[in-house]
Order: sequence, then C-alpha cells, then structure tokens
Amino acid sequence: MTTVETEGTTTLQKGFVGQNVPRREDRRLVQGEGVYFDDVKRHGMGYVHFLRSPYAHARITSIDVSAALELPGVYGTLTGDEVAILTDPFFQIAAEPGASVKDFALAVGKVRYVGEPVVAVVAETRELARDASELVMVDYDPLDVVVDARKALEDGAPVLHEDCGGNMSYTGVWEWGDVDAAFAEADHVVSISELHFDRFNSTPLELDGALVEYNRGTGQWTITTNNQFPGFAVIMMAPAMRVGTDKLRMVTQDIGGGFGNKITSHPQLVALCLLARKLNRPVQWTEWRTDFHQSMSHGNERWFLDTEVAVKADGTMTAFRTKAIDDAGAYLRYEPLGGVIWSQVAAGMYGWRNIRLEFTQAMTNKAPVSPNRGYSRMQHLWFTERIIDIVAHELGFDRVELRKKNYVQPGQMPYETPNGCVYDSGDYPRALDLVLDLIGYDTIEQRREEAASRGKLLGFGIGSTLDSGTNNFGQSQLLNPELQFSGNNEVATVKLDIFGEVVVTLGTTPQGQSHETTAAQVVADILGCDVDLVHVRAGHDSYWNSHAGFSGTYASQFAVTGLGAVKGATEELARQMKTLASMVFQCSVDDIELADGFARMKENAEAALPFMALGAIPNANNAGFPVDPPPMNARFVYRPPFEVPDKERKFGNLTLTYSMQIHACVVEVDPETGVYELVDYAAVDDCGVRVNPKIVEGQVMGATAHAIGAAMFEVFAYDDEGNLLTPNFYDYHVPHTLDMPPLKTAAIESPSPFTPLGTKGMGEGGGGGIHCIGAALQDALRSSGGAVVTSSHNPYHRVWEMLRHPERSREKVEVKG
Amino acid sequence: MRVAATPTSSQIVTVTVNGTAYEREVPARRLLVHFLRDDLDLTGTHIGCDTGSCGACTVHLDGVAVKSCAVLAVQADGAQVTTVEGLGDDELTPLQQSFSDHHALQCGYCTPGMLMSASALLAENASPTEEEVKVGLQGNICRCTGYWNIVEAVVAAGKGSA
Repeated sequence: MTTVETEGTTTLQKGFVGQNVPRREDRRLVQGEGVYFDDVKRHGMGYVHFLRSPYAHARITSIDVSAALELPGVYGTLTGDEVAILTDPFFQIAAEPGASVKDFALAVGKVRYVGEPVVAVVAETRELARDASELVMVDYDPLDVVVDARKALEDGAPVLHEDCGGNMSYTGVWEWGDVDAAFAEADHVVSISELHFDRFNSTPLELDGALVEYNRGTGQWTITTNNQFPGFAVIMMAPAMRVGTDKLRMVTQDIGGGFGNKITSHPQLVALCLLARKLNRPVQWTEWRTDFHQSMSHGNERWFLDTEVAVKADGTMTAFRTKAIDDAGAYLRYEPLGGVIWSQVAAGMYGWRNIRLEFTQAMTNKAPVSPNRGYSRMQHLWFTERIIDIVAHELGFDRVELRKKNYVQPGQMPYETPNGCVYDSGDYPRALDLVLDLIGYDTIEQRREEAASRGKLLGFGIGSTLDSGTNNFGQSQLLNPELQFSGNNEVATVKLDIFGEVVVTLGTTPQGQSHETTAAQVVADILGCDVDLVHVRAGHDSYWNSHAGFSGTYASQFAVTGLGAVKGATEELARQMKTLASMVFQCSVDDIELADGFARMKENAEAALPFMALGAIPNANNAGFPVDPPPMNARFVYRPPFEVPDKERKFGNLTLTYSMQIHACVVEVDPETGVYELVDYAAVDDCGVRVNPKIVEGQVMGATAHAIGAAMFEVFAYDDEGNLLTPNFYDYHVPHTLDMPPLKTAAIESPSPFTPLGTKGMGEGGGGGIHCIGAALQDALRSSGGAVVTSSHNPYHRVWEMLRHPERSREKVEVKG
Repeated sequence: MRVAATPTSSQIVTVTVNGTAYEREVPARRLLVHFLRDDLDLTGTHIGCDTGSCGACTVHLDGVAVKSCAVLAVQADGAQVTTVEGLGDDELTPLQQSFSDHHALQCGYCTPGMLMSASALLAENASPTEEEVKVGLQGNICRCTGYWNIVEAVVAAGKGSA
C-alpha cells in the first residue's frame, strides 16, 4: 500500500519554495493542542439543538414550544415564525425562476427535506437541549414528495417552492462552434441515452458548528466557526440580518476538513446569531453526524440524457451534444452556480470545438447541494471520460491512443477552448505515458490472463481530469446577468513587529492545506531570512483586516490567490525595509539587499541592520531616526487578471489555472458476486510549480481516497418518501485503511505563465479516480457480457447486476454510421 | 480493563487522566468523551460521528484503546485514562514525530485518535507490519490523507522503537 514513487521536480528551485519544509501546523495538532471551534467555551454559554423535520415535504400547521421552555435549564427557543419577522430571505444567486426561492435560517411555513431545521432549542447542556427539543410539538400536514430530478421537472410533480411556479431553478443552452455541421460531417455517431452521476460528498470528519457571542453595546457578533468561505457567508448573512458586514466578526483557527462542504452553513449561523441576541448569552452549536448527512452540502447529482458524439474515421472526436439535468436538492444555497462551473472544463482535456449542452437544474425533496471537492467540474469530466471509453469500446479504438489523439497537445498551450477558457500549460500525453509506466501498462494483458486463471475478471482504466482553479466570479453573470460579482481576490498582510518578528496574516481558512507552512516558505525567500523566523498566524479573523469579499479556502486557489497576496505584501515589506535601511545608511535603495536576516549594503556587508532594528525604528525607537520611516507593515490584495465573460456567447476565461491529474487503476472482479478489488493504482499530477511537493502529494492522495469512496462505497441514497438511507458512518461507508489499494504517484511541473509563482491551484483532481475505476470495471466486464458503465457509483451489487443483465446498460448505447 | 456498573443518576466518579486524579459529579448518561472535553477541558480528544464509527475519540482506558464515545463517564470510575495530551511531554514522542515526518496529517482532526490507536498497537507489537498497522487502524477514519502516509508513519515509528 505504501509504495509511493515520485518523479523528481522538473523546476529547479532555490531557497525554501520547492522544498519539503516540515509543516508548521503539525506540532500543535499531534499534541492535541489544535483549536477547533468546538474547543472554545464561554462562561454561561447555551448549547443549541436543532429540531428537524421528519418529513421530506409537509406544511407546518403549528409549533408549540411551551413544554420545552418549562423544562429547568432551558434558556430559550427560536422558530421559523420569529425568523421570518427578524430576517429577510437569503439573497438568491439565481435569476428567475430560482430567484423566487424564499430561504430562511429555519423552515418557514413548510419543510422541504428530511432533516431541515424547524426549531432551535438552547439549554445549559447539550443533553438537555436535545431532551427539550423532544418536548416541542410540531404538527405537519404531509405533502407529496419528489426525489428524482427528472420527475421533478414533469408537469404535475409536487412543487417545492410555489413562488417559482415549478421545480426548475435554472435552464440554459450552452453551445459553441458549429455542432450541426460537425455531426453532418461525422463518420460515426455514438449515442448514449442515459448517464448518471451519483450523490455523495466528502464528509469532513469535523462537523459544522459555531460559538456565537453578541455584544449588546456594539451590536456586533463574534462567530467562532469552521465556515470555510467567510467572505461568502457574510455576504449572505448580513443583508438577511439587516446589518452591515462589519457587524459579523468571523473567526476560525483549525478546521477539521472542509472540501467545500463547509461553505453553506450560513442559515445555521444566522439562527445562532438571532439566539445569542435574543437570549443575551453566548450560544454554541455542534452538528451531529446524522444531521450533517441528512441536511448539509451534498454533492451535485447529475443526469446526462440523449448524448451524441460525432467521431471521424480516424478517431478524431469533433462534437458532442447532451442534456444535463442537475439535482440541487431543496434549496439553492450556492446554486445554481453548478450550472456554469462545469463549463470551466466544457471540453475536458480534449480538443472538442463543437459542443452543445442544455443544462437544467431541478429542486427536489432532498438535502441542498453545495460545493464538494471537484464541484460541478468532476461531474462533467466524468461525463467526458465516459464518452472516451464508450466510444473506444463501441468503435474499436485503443483507449490510450484515442486519448492521446484527442488530448489538447502541449504545443497548443496556452490553449483557448471553444468557450474562451484558457488552459495555461500542461503536457497531457506525457502525463499519460508516466501513469502507464507506473501501473505497468505493458503487462496488463499478461495480468489479465493470470487473473483469469484464478477465475477473476481483470480490468484496466484511465481517468483524465482537470482541476480548474482561481475562479473568475464574473461567470456567475452567465447565469444571472444582474449579479455584480466578477474577478477574484485574496488578501495578506506582512509586518515587522517591534523585535523584528515577521508576522503574516492571511484571509484564508485552511482545513489541512498547510497554509502556515507554504506562506512562510514564500515570505522567507523574499526577505532572505530563515523560514523559522516567519510567524504565520493560524486561521482567519476578520478583525485582522486581511480579508476581502472572496476570502476563504475553496475552489483550488491558495497557491495562486493566497500566495499571490503573500508575495505582493512581502515584496512591499521588502521595499519598505530596504528604504529604511537606505535612510539609515544614507545610500540609495538600490544599494541595499536583504540576506541572511539583515538589510545590508551590497558592497559593504558590515553596514547591516538586523530585522530587530528595522522593526524597532517605526514601532518603538522613534526619536533621532528618520523622520518618516516606512511603517514596516504591508497589506496586499491579489486580484487575478480577469474580464467579465461575454454573456451573449457564454464566452470568456472562467478560471486562471488548469492543474491536471491522470489516474489509472487495475481492478479484479469476481464474476460470481460482483465483488471487486483495486489491485493497482497510480496517479500523476501536474499543478505547475510545487511550493512544497510533499504537501502537494498529500492533496493528491486525499483526493484519490475521496474518489475511491465515491466510486465504490459512498452514496446518499433516498427512498421514495425522501428518507436518506445512509445517514451515518455505518450506512455511509467511507474508505478505511483496509480499503486502500497500493498507490504510486508521480508529478510533473508545467509552470503557469499567468500566476505570480508559476503555481496552479490544486487538490481537487480526485475525480480521476471515479473515472478510472468505472473505466476499469467496463474493461473487466468486456469479456462477460460487455456491460456499459453508466453510473459514477458502482458498488458490488451494481457490478453484479451488470454481470447478470448486461443488456440493461448495453441498450443505452447505440452506434450510427 | 475494569468497567464499573452503570448507575441511572448522577454519580461522583474518580478518574485519573494523564496522571492527574479528578473527582467529579457526572450525570449517569454523560459519555466519557464529553466528560473529557467538557468537564476536564481536554479538547484534544475529538468527536466525528454519533455511531462509534470514526475513532476520533480514541483514548486509552487502563491501557486499552477504546472509543470514548462508546464508554460512559461513570464506567471509567476508578480507571486510568490517557488522552492525546498525555502521550508525551513538551517533546514529541517518536510516533508523533513520525506522523509529522511522513505528512500523516492534514487537518489534524482524526490525528489524536489515530495516535492513540497506533500507540496502543505499538505497545502490543513494537514492530508491526504494514498489514498489521492497517488492521490496527481500521476503526479510525481519516478524510484527508487516504491513510497511505499514516500507515507509513506507524510502520516507521515501529521500526524506530524496535
């Protein structure tokens, strides 16, 4: 399992950037001294428990909290009726019809999924709050339920949000090139009637929550939380609460995993704010695991219907068209952004110039979706990889050669896709060769025979995937032209403190991505000091003034936006330090260098000021020194170079960088039972310059594990009544140690020409694992009925069904011409 | 491991945690993990589920690795408990250092439980094989690392102490 091989760096590095500098975060975390939100306590705080809906769809006819309030030790309650008076509905990203969704901190009038918070109860202990919630009487009038996005769009389906006039939140046609001409000129057309990407999420081990304090004197809330996108949270919360954003102080330190799933906790945070004010005491909420599974941040489930692919005789794929139906669940907490984000990778890693995709999103009586590692791109890239393998199998092309022929080629970089996105750099064929080497592709047929001799069906699969990073939020205007978001930003401050300490603050909210370490590496190289002299504050605090509207940690961008801000601020501090030294030494700034922990004259190393002296002059030792010393304090906002996309053509650059991963695996299937095992696995990553290769590899490994889980074990399955069948870690099996295959990794570095450090955002390439496992299963089943893999999630029973009834999937595929 | 009888109302318990004896009145239903975190403020022990599945709350109870969400505080009456805070002094133990050296943690949330399970394993088997480590850690969920580096770290720590 631990056979890990890594190709050496291809970019020579001097200094700390590029080195495996040990992680700063580790010492406190291995000693149990991390500070997660749930570790923070306040005198007299009350514990919050949310009473949740047992129905997937029902009218609330009455709520009676009186018995709960009579229980000794209960501090108070909050109901939807109060919320509807005290707050406005959350701002909706969607244009009509989704814009008419009314979403509040608690259910108002109706419940729309099992697990939806209905009443909040606060008590002096968590056990008491839970007991008291059972004394709350809620009467429901059950309504018909719809859990299938396709049925939700049919006439006569139960409607979740009456104001929307139906269950559709967004629909749009995305078309580039000349699709009809490409099909007219095709030698083959392969049609696939139905593909389905299943619902799952990354289930971070730490659950959502917050400690919220209200200061009556200032009208300000302090929210100690693990929300991973505080910039977005306050944009949602402040208008709903009718206060300015500065009234919401967001604080994090350590966060126990996020993966996008901790972006949309704003409804619960608003409920906590209202309770802290109402009860005039700090309130604390920690979500239960069952609550998380039932209600928080599922990944987007998506159907691809009536797909057609135009193929030339030599295997060149010229066009595809399809209808995507996306299942948003019951509310639009970050949606319908998934309706545009897929288009960052519309053509996948391939040279398709003609694409038509009708995207329609439906609301259903299931938990609301929100970003999940690989958000919306993973679903689409799985679709493009399914196309490649199905076309290869149906038309008899070699899967490796078909990929190499259709990949965007290294000589084309930077490459503009048909919809105006720019792939910044990369060498996809070389990466494929590397992964084939790692997995021993040349021995696959021998291994297949050997496995057959043991009665096993061996299959090999490839999954190519892109990790587009650093969003241009202007893409939101392709869904709703009225929105006023565009570009992106992140902030850092760097200062020299009184004793010359280098102090860095970030706007980000890391959840394991090692920002304290990698930021220190960048700062140390610029200031010419040891990395251990750089103190990067842990976490995020909006009182630090080191944040902007897009601050947070999400969507593969820290190495670009976060470190871009760190670099900018540090370069400004370096300029200030040199200027101050030049004032002291009465010389030109150009005569000063920063090296070995000093600001010194290049030609006279004896004329050197230690950082301590530089820090003291503006901070503590003012008299007799230069009258107007630079402050030794710099704040920098990094803004990537973006323009607002063309809304008519749905054309423009939607993300700044494109990392790439190619995964390959070998499976062995038991033809009697459908049980299969991953017997070999390899992943090659290219995310440009790697600031800390070991940390990059850790991200690749983690994303791979998520993909293995999603492909084999993890699914949020519902019954027809809208009950989640996998509401805890018993039923929702995440991979354990014994589930993990042997893994080989390698990395190549194609520096981004567009970013401050040549880096690219990364960490979300794990979808490659979902793609390659499905491809390997399809390959394994070729000799046993030839079933086609049409789902992203393939547990053993589904493989067994494919073995027993290959015709059920085979009839979904047809070749014309 | 001695497990006390289960009472139905509050009871005074005496528990020695990381070498310090504590006497506290606790409700009969309070879980050991909440006793450690809320009553004793030892927040290194974490909670990641409500079904005894994730292992983030693993501690040593009289030297045996247990999930402290599956033990009532009153059942620990008279017992010796070790939490992650009691693993080493200011210096990292070889196992803790090995976790850092092998990048066996990212967010760090599962790490205390992993360390407690792994240290219990190493106490029984000073040089476990990769397979033995995988079996020993199968009750602990990590969502960041994919386990490869964790298994490596424990195997390496074992070799170091052999």
